[in-house]
Amino acid sequence: MDLLEYQGKEFFRRHGVPTPPPGIVCTTADEAEDAARELNRPVVVKAQVKTGGRGKAGGIKLAEAPEEAREAAAAILGLDIRGHMVQLVYVEPASDIADEYYLSVMHDRVGKGYLVICSAEGGVDIEQVNRERPEAVVKEAIVPSQVEGGLPAGRASAIVHAAQIPDAAADAAGELLVQLFDAFRLGDALLTEINPLVRTTDGRVIALDAKVTIDGNAMFRHDDHREWADFDRRGDDLEARAKRKGIQYVKLDGDVGVLGNGAGLVMATIDVVAQAGGQPANFLDVGGGASADTMAESLAIVLADPQVKSVLINIYGGITRGEEVAKGVIEALDRLGGIEPKLVVRLDGTNAAQGRRILEQARHPNVVAAADMQQAARRAVELARG
Amino acid sequence: MSIIIDQATTVVVQGIGTQGTFHAKRNLDYGTNVVGGVHPKRGGGRWEVLDLPVFATVAEARAETGADTSMIMVPAPFAMEAILEAYEAGISTIVVITEGVPVHDMTVVYDRVVRRGGVRLIGPNCPGLISPGEANVGIIPANIAGPGTVGLVSRSGTLTYQIMHELAQGGLGISTCVGIGGDPVVGSNFLDIIRLFADDPDTHAIVFVGEIGGTDEQEAGRWVAEHIPDTPVVAYVAGFEAPAGKQMGHAGAIVREGGGGGETAAEKKDILESLGIAVATNPSEATSLMIERLSGGG
Repeated sequence: MDLLEYQGKEFFRRHGVPTPPPGIVCTTADEAEDAARELNRPVVVKAQVKTGGRGKAGGIKLAEAPEEAREAAAAILGLDIRGHMVQLVYVEPASDIADEYYLSVMHDRVGKGYLVICSAEGGVDIEQVNRERPEAVVKEAIVPSQVEGGLPAGRASAIVHAAQIPDAAADAAGELLVQLFDAFRLGDALLTEINPLVRTTDGRVIALDAKVTIDGNAMFRHDDHREWADFDRRGDDLEARAKRKGIQYVKLDGDVGVLGNGAGLVMATIDVVAQAGGQPANFLDVGGGASADTMAESLAIVLADPQVKSVLINIYGGITRGEEVAKGVIEALDRLGGIEPKLVVRLDGTNAAQGRRILEQARHPNVVAAADMQQAARRAVELARG
Repeated sequence: MSIIIDQATTVVVQGIGTQGTFHAKRNLDYGTNVVGGVHPKRGGGRWEVLDLPVFATVAEARAETGADTSMIMVPAPFAMEAILEAYEAGISTIVVITEGVPVHDMTVVYDRVVRRGGVRLIGPNCPGLISPGEANVGIIPANIAGPGTVGLVSRSGTLTYQIMHELAQGGLGISTCVGIGGDPVVGSNFLDIIRLFADDPDTHAIVFVGEIGGTDEQEAGRWVAEHIPDTPVVAYVAGFEAPAGKQMGHAGAIVREGGGGGETAAEKKDILESLGIAVATNPSEATSLMIERLSGGG
């Protein structure tokens, strides 16, 4: 789960990583003005969206006075930044910046360990620095057995020096790296990135930005992450609604709704729909052992997308049972009333025969049976074309 | 014949709740030599549904039964502990069906178990493995495929069933099918399993089923091209239509925004094809490509 910047900074503060003084989250220009007045000093108004490139898109503005904060917030709220609509701004006390660096700790999938990345060139696209001048970016792989008590101070210091962080900041940056590593590991993060890490004119080293991804699977040992998870699931868009129900849903741009059991099978189904000349409207994985109720809710989510003209349900039952799927489809149709799109259903695996029989007996005008995945995709594409 | 599991395999089950019991029973009914369950508070008791003993620890189970394989079905918060316990007890094949294991836990497990060697860890978050006619350890529905000479390895559960189903319809049987799981850190990757298939005299062809995210498919492909260029190998990669930056269900199935790192399905396909490996774009095509390769074409 990706955190917004203000949440990431709170995550940092909890683990002792130095940040600017706490700011205030606002949803309107009025609130931003009040916030600036309360903070009683120059502020930065920052768009809170889960994507990079905010600065370039006009999503970050400095404000000397409360009225300026109002104007800045008015300009930023509602902006579309790389497909993310700005609904929140963070009004934070401005920092006097002397120097900018880059620092991150992330899980390293290839090395099956951790990776610390540090560069004295911060505040810019680090990928680009890495492409153009790889020698300016230090990448240090670390395995768990080396850091069971945390990242040793000597190692942190060596990394910071190798990255040529200037002497004036090196000690503080080394200390901050030790804290960041604790935050990453003890906080079950998959990524903690600070860009820029800054030295202020009064000589402190602080995280001016925070990009944090925490592992949703580790939620059971982090009551302190609960509020962010709740935040992530709020809202009325379809992805949030699916998350609340524990259903995996990703919106795509087409008109053929796709629903199946198991992530790999759903991905494959989407590919087959595209190969049949159609455009998938979404990815929806009902998960393992889906009940009739989960099926019904999943269908409701797919059908709530107004672009959807037909739906392909592709189930290969292992744990999931065919009769539950069939009951869920019928239940969903009953619950949703007179729906337009036709549903093409392909059922195989555990109790598929019972499931097919239930669908056949129901003789629902909107349900079309298909013998296999390819045929189901072709049929769903034809139906979407009308 | 098979890799990793066969008729001689003896299995203990860690996690004997509803799901653990249901699937252990299915495995037992298939003919797998399941010898008991492990539960810290129910040691010394009976596992009623299977009519088998329950042990308090894996070490005890191993001492009593000589079990060499553990199937782990405990809830995610206890998975790391369960894997380490199996490892300490000297179990040589650990199959972790549990989903939702934190990445940090698996990173530690990888360090303490896999990196040290000597143990075969499959999963987590996987359907397990089946050697048709020999043994089934995990949750793969056994009725789909019959015995044969195609080795199948896959990152995904139900997609594996789909491919087995298609292979069976094409008249192709399976030597062993291994679901390695779709998490970012798994105990065994494609290459680990493909190497075992390469050494198995009864596996004559290999299908590996990948998806977006990571670059394990390429690593496997390079090894195949270098070491077993004459073995019929077909790959399938799911997720051609997946957008960057969106996790497609599996924790490992995500393409970094910006891309260019070989993590998309199209990139994987191009690289594998440049290595001389036939790449299917859907499950049916995987079967037709395999039939073609087995008959000397392609």
